[in-house]
Amino acid sequence: MARVDYKELKKGGFMRQVQKDCFSMRLRSVGGHLTVEQLKTISGVAEKYGQGYIHLTSRQGIEIPYIRLEDIAKVKGELAQAGLEQGACGPRVRTVTACQGKDICPSGLIDTATLARELDARYFARDLVHKFKVGVTGCSNNCLKAEENDVGIKGGMKPAWQQELCSFCGLCAAVCPAKAIEIDKAAQELRFAEHACQYCGKCVKSCSMGAWMGTAGYLLFFGGMFGNKIAIAERILPLLHNKEEVFRVIDATLEFFNSYGKPGERFRLTVERVGWASLEKLLWEVLGNGQSR
Amino acid sequence: MANQGKAFVDITDVICPMTFVKAKVAIEELATGEVLAIKMNDGEPIQNVPRSLKEEGHKVISVTRNEDGTYLVLVEKDGLHS
Repeated sequence: MARVDYKELKKGGFMRQVQKDCFSMRLRSVGGHLTVEQLKTISGVAEKYGQGYIHLTSRQGIEIPYIRLEDIAKVKGELAQAGLEQGACGPRVRTVTACQGKDICPSGLIDTATLARELDARYFARDLVHKFKVGVTGCSNNCLKAEENDVGIKGGMKPAWQQELCSFCGLCAAVCPAKAIEIDKAAQELRFAEHACQYCGKCVKSCSMGAWMGTAGYLLFFGGMFGNKIAIAERILPLLHNKEEVFRVIDATLEFFNSYGKPGERFRLTVERVGWASLEKLLWEVLGNGQSR
Repeated sequence: MANQGKAFVDITDVICPMTFVKAKVAIEELATGEVLAIKMNDGEPIQNVPRSLKEEGHKVISVTRNEDGTYLVLVEKDGLHS
């Protein structure tokens, strides 16, 4: 048998198994979203070429274990008919994860599904010095755990109070996790400490009167990892309201990683070695004067 | 705030999703415009139950924090439809 180029196979999402010449085939997916037609195809492939089961990965993906080396071309062909292709492993941008977002979830502040598809189209499998994970979560409930990713995006909402609509019922003050809102019912006064606001949007979502107007946006977190070493990603930019700005910032972040990162070094460690100030300076330059806040 | 003359439900003895279900069942007993007083816990109930009631067209008219850390929330049935 010809020599197996494991590195090339791994790039294509074939994870070598303990069992000789068997691979767990990782599929490309976005935000854990698959159609029933795709599921039927996956089911058929797992039955025909695997061992009749699939594995759900920790990042919303699907792997089909026990694919034999000699079947790889046939498997790829059958999956391609349902619009499915191999996932990514190795030193590159991995599966983009996402919650269901505001189209489905009452807590959601942003359309995570669309953003995840756009991020996937723009960055998926891009070669880098090490793995790079991107995840999108729709709100501060953080079901998709933005801070675990090399770049995590969290839906946020900038609130603005309109006195003339307010009934001073006290609900917003009760739901605010940052205690940024104080209400004096007797005096019909409300104080909003904007600097303390976490942009969670709970005041806007709960207000019966429509007295809190919200502008949705994106909170970006940098340098998370949850493997051999663990670090929580940091928010170093204000709430961004423009999706193009988000892409420009991530473009620059990946360039930074490829310029300064060493092979096998996670993004967090590159940033810590080069300095957070360098990354921050770069990202602020990218945002320039057109930055919306 | 006094509960006298108002319908009252205590949802501090249940957890999500029964908190909203119990409140919804109680408010369905009322006529449009009547007020339900709901006693609920801090945290998840105060974050979610009033928001869900709003989505169903009911209007929160007052929120008072009790000494034991619970809240008394007054809700006008269909108050957002009128």
